[in-house]
Amino acid sequence: MSAVLGHALSAAPLGMTALDGGEAGTGEAVLFWVLGPIMVLAALGLLFARKAVHAAMSVVVVMISLAFLYVAQDAVFLGVVQVVVYTGAVMMLFLFVLMLVGVDASDSLVETIRGQRWIGVLAGVGLGVVLAGVVGRATYGPAQGLDAANEASNPVAIAHVVFGEYVLAFEVVGALLVTAALGALVYTHRTRLVPRVGQKERADARVAAGAHPVSLPAPGVYARHNAMDVPALGPDGRPIDDSVPRVLRVRGQEADAAEFAARTERVQAGRLAGTRFASSDPATGDGPTPPPAADPDGARVNVPDLDAAVSDSGQHGPSTGPRGVAGQEDQA
Amino acid sequence: MSLTHYLVLATILFTIGATTVLLRRNAIIVFMGVELMLNATNLLLVTFSRIHGALTGQVLAFFVMVVAAAEVVVGLGIIVAIFRTRRSASVDDVNLLKS
Repeated sequence: MSAVLGHALSAAPLGMTALDGGEAGTGEAVLFWVLGPIMVLAALGLLFARKAVHAAMSVVVVMISLAFLYVAQDAVFLGVVQVVVYTGAVMMLFLFVLMLVGVDASDSLVETIRGQRWIGVLAGVGLGVVLAGVVGRATYGPAQGLDAANEASNPVAIAHVVFGEYVLAFEVVGALLVTAALGALVYTHRTRLVPRVGQKERADARVAAGAHPVSLPAPGVYARHNAMDVPALGPDGRPIDDSVPRVLRVRGQEADAAEFAARTERVQAGRLAGTRFASSDPATGDGPTPPPAADPDGARVNVPDLDAAVSDSGQHGPSTGPRGVAGQEDQA
Repeated sequence: MSLTHYLVLATILFTIGATTVLLRRNAIIVFMGVELMLNATNLLLVTFSRIHGALTGQVLAFFVMVVAAAEVVVGLGIIVAIFRTRRSASVDDVNLLKS
């Protein structure tokens, strides 16, 4: 600050030459009088908004408007940095933490300190009066403008100052940023109280509990129908109950496995080779054992009319199942 | 329009930010009040930089921004840490030192 004031004292006589850009033009005045009330209203929104998200959005409005004012005041670099750093990073971090903490976390209205509200209002108004007095009563020299200082464009001129006169401060600020990042890591670090449960531990626990170690057999692939409700038949010809999805088993929609087992045995014995289609027509009545009465889905599956099976393919799995299996059986 | 208008605007923003810090109890909103105060100071610095025709004010505002970013990271880390243990983001609930 003292550097600024010192420079101001040394540059004060130059003010008589009235450099361009020192005074605000009409466009800048319009911009100021449009943005100024918006900024004050948004700042009041921060003060009075009930929801924290609304307050955060108000602050975003203030910060973007400030970026406009910076650009209007020949501080192009700061305007861009204001948008990128403040609006883009800092306020989004605020919003992120708001989401983390909970959007509904509203203010408590319980006064823990008696009369804090009125004391706070009084202190705020007092501060405003003091600052207004300082700003109003101070005398400023004629505005110099930044046209001379910004001769080689604003970012270049700022770079000359930052990496020349203030290079040590710049280094220190870099160290500060690294320290802050480390501090945030330490603050959000949680010590693990229980050992980590990874994939191997979960698998070991499952095996120790006697669970099925591999995936369950698929239903129906060894049976005559490729249907979800037909249990698979093991190599020994017995149905594997686990192969039918658990939901179907709970609902009682499981097809009768014994019937398919018997059919498969008959096929393997070669007795069904030529007469399968005729005998399985329900109209003839001499089909295999009728499906269980309590199983309407199974009944439909058991209708071996190929046309019906094809038309029902949406309900009963791949329609080519019976046909394919039949072809293999015929060859056998 | 005189450049003093910018100073008045910065003063108003700073006052509102300070009042927010004094009145609100949600720690995050209090923190945003601090940010508003820093922004008002930056506007002041930029305006003075223009008045004095030197870029030092803008450089100072730049440093203020960087330090504010670091401050936000640490402050929000503290708020999140407190929220994890106390399940509250209210500054009134942080009273463990009260006898």
